[in-house]
Amino acid sequence: MIKKEMIAMLLAGGQGSRLGVLTAKMAKPAVSFGGKYRIIDFPLSNCINSGVDTVGVLTQYRPLRLNSHIGIGIPWDLDRNIGGVSVLPPYEKSSNSEWYTGTANAIYQNMEYMETYNPDYVLILSGDHIYKMDYETMLDFHKGSGADVTIAVMPVPMEEASRFGIMITDDDKRIVDFEEKPEHPRSNLASMGIYIFSWKALKEALIKNKDQSGLDFGKHIIPYCKDKGLSLYAYEFDGYWKDVGTLTSYWEANMELIDIVPEFNLYEEYWKIFTAGDVQPPQYLGPDSAIERSIIGEGTEILGEVHNSVIGPGVKIGKGTIVNHSIIMNGSVIGENCNIEKAIIAEKVEVGSNVQLGAFEEAENETKPGIYREGLVTIGEKSVIPDGVKVGKNTMISGETVAADYPDGKLDSGRTLDKGGAAE
Amino acid sequence: MRAIGIILAGGSSNRMRELSRKRAVCAMPVAGFYRSIDFALSNMTNSHIQTVAVFTQYNAGSLNEHLSSSKWWDFGRKQGGLYVFTPAVKASGNLWYRGTADAIAQNLEFLKSCHEPYVIITSGDCVYKMDYNKLLEYHIQKQADITVVCKDMSADIDTERFGTIRMNEESRIEEFEEKPVVARSNTISCGIYVIRRRQLIELIEKAQAEERYDFVRDILVRYKDMKRIYGYKIKSYWNNIASVEDYYRTNMDFLKPEVREHFFREYPGVYTKIADLPPAKYNVGVSVKNALVSSGCIINGTVEDSVIFKGAFVGNNCYIKNSIILNDVYIGDNTHIENCIVESHGTIQANSFYKGENGIKIVVESNERYVI
Repeated sequence: MIKKEMIAMLLAGGQGSRLGVLTAKMAKPAVSFGGKYRIIDFPLSNCINSGVDTVGVLTQYRPLRLNSHIGIGIPWDLDRNIGGVSVLPPYEKSSNSEWYTGTANAIYQNMEYMETYNPDYVLILSGDHIYKMDYETMLDFHKGSGADVTIAVMPVPMEEASRFGIMITDDDKRIVDFEEKPEHPRSNLASMGIYIFSWKALKEALIKNKDQSGLDFGKHIIPYCKDKGLSLYAYEFDGYWKDVGTLTSYWEANMELIDIVPEFNLYEEYWKIFTAGDVQPPQYLGPDSAIERSIIGEGTEILGEVHNSVIGPGVKIGKGTIVNHSIIMNGSVIGENCNIEKAIIAEKVEVGSNVQLGAFEEAENETKPGIYREGLVTIGEKSVIPDGVKVGKNTMISGETVAADYPDGKLDSGRTLDKGGAAE
Repeated sequence: MRAIGIILAGGSSNRMRELSRKRAVCAMPVAGFYRSIDFALSNMTNSHIQTVAVFTQYNAGSLNEHLSSSKWWDFGRKQGGLYVFTPAVKASGNLWYRGTADAIAQNLEFLKSCHEPYVIITSGDCVYKMDYNKLLEYHIQKQADITVVCKDMSADIDTERFGTIRMNEESRIEEFEEKPVVARSNTISCGIYVIRRRQLIELIEKAQAEERYDFVRDILVRYKDMKRIYGYKIKSYWNNIASVEDYYRTNMDFLKPEVREHFFREYPGVYTKIADLPPAKYNVGVSVKNALVSSGCIINGTVEDSVIFKGAFVGNNCYIKNSIILNDVYIGDNTHIENCIVESHGTIQANSFYKGENGIKIVVESNERYVI
């Protein structure tokens, strides 16, 4: 009989709407990160580096990019005879067909998949964090403490604790209470959304609560386990862990990588992050280029200047163009003599020549002030920006725009120019 | 595809000087992230050849490591695959490969067990892109026994280390000289051949019986009047890297946009083993001009007109010019490197000075590495 001690279930179905136009065409875990990677590469690489070789990836929102990225799992050595990576979308059943209505509901709907592997433990992961973690050490803790459920937690500054789900533990790290986004937190241990369940406990909790609408780990399963008197433990993690759920945190996490010795070091030999790259050649820096404090992806050609930026693979930056404090993703082409300041440019965008991004005084975004803020210019994938236009701060552009979309050759700060995105 | 592939990857070369100490020529890193054999392997897979044999003998460590999985070139298939043949102890004796023909002769069973009617033979130390289907079409159309790919070299290139060819108007080869003392033609053989599989078996068996071991001298040159041997000119980029000068020149060619376009961007591509390195990183005080930089590099100093291979570290205030820095080299602060090839995994101490005066200097340094 097939037997895997621990399998992982990776929740990758959410849209991540707080990433704005970046997730208009793909699920959050598929968004590019760090000049080479996609967000899902981090948990997938952690799995294989921790010896977890059976991973179910639950997809739902716009899965195409995710599917083609994962393929059969070759980049992560997750192409296995037994186990490996399986993409698990919602499916039709003879009765009760439904989408994944919540995190735990998604896991419940894949009970059959999990049972195939006859696991002792199930690791629940989400696909929207940047971190390196050895799940095997966490499993050792789980076994050692005799827990039914172990929740990975991270100490956060007390003043930020009210943004998280907070675990209150005793001296043995046993969880005695928890509270969701408390106004007056009693502890600073924030849940990272990473759980190890003993299989029996998980199965029982899922079946008992299966009719709960929007069945969720944080809201339903964990409280249920606690009320039932199961032993819940907190596993404290003190490495780098970053939620990249909002545009500003996404931008910050990228910018942190260009520090001389970044807190999150991608250059370590022993815990590699793997990814599926279609571009591999070296990058070329032209005779008039200037570059400082940046990381640059493979196959990129830079003829202009790049400062304090993260540039993805296969990008072209024309002569005389200056890029500063920006993220430019896979395959985008920037013309000549542009000035790009604090922009997030998604994949395969075409920016003409003499374009200025991040101009003018700051103004609040007209459609989604909570998302497009902090002066960022955000440009959706496959967008086109014509020659010679000036674009203000807190702006969003999506789709094939033409000169006529820019009265007087400009787009004021705070404007949203959405032409429906490029054709699928 | 109606052919199998053979890649001759055996040799070392004195012309590679110190660079051949560590590895076979075919395993030389090229253009920042390839190894030389990637070009032949990628051409094979892009031409839909499913079965490829690599013959290797000299210092094959790096090569074997590179070929540890065949999936990067799409040879990990149920039909066909990538076969690496090294000399072995056999009931018939334990001999090294005494030449290219002998390498094939010692593995003749493999050739006999295939069913494809043709064989494409190429050497593994050439940088080029080619659709072998077109070559095979030409071979069939000419009703040739053997077709030899050749190239007109510009006058300033030394052709003496190649085989030179003269053809008649119909492209039939009339003269074939191996490594001539004075070259009488600037058309050279590229070391790429098409031949019918049965024909090859027959010729190899005959050579073996006569104790002749070299494919060029004992088959091509010897049979050039008896067999219909034709030339097929390659018009696109082709270079052999088996001398320090040619190796240097070939790498520097990748600084030209048309060469990068041809190899890096035009479909189909050239594939290599994935290294899973992070993107290159540039810190404060960097100046990089007209240079190729590969993934995993960390650059702190000045780099001009150079090719920096994977995983290299360039310290503060360094000056690197007209040089090739191979994989995983660490270069300490304040170092000056000019007109050099720095051997892979080398550690260059801070405040060093290397300059090639009349030609290319090869730097082999294996100091202790304290940092990183």
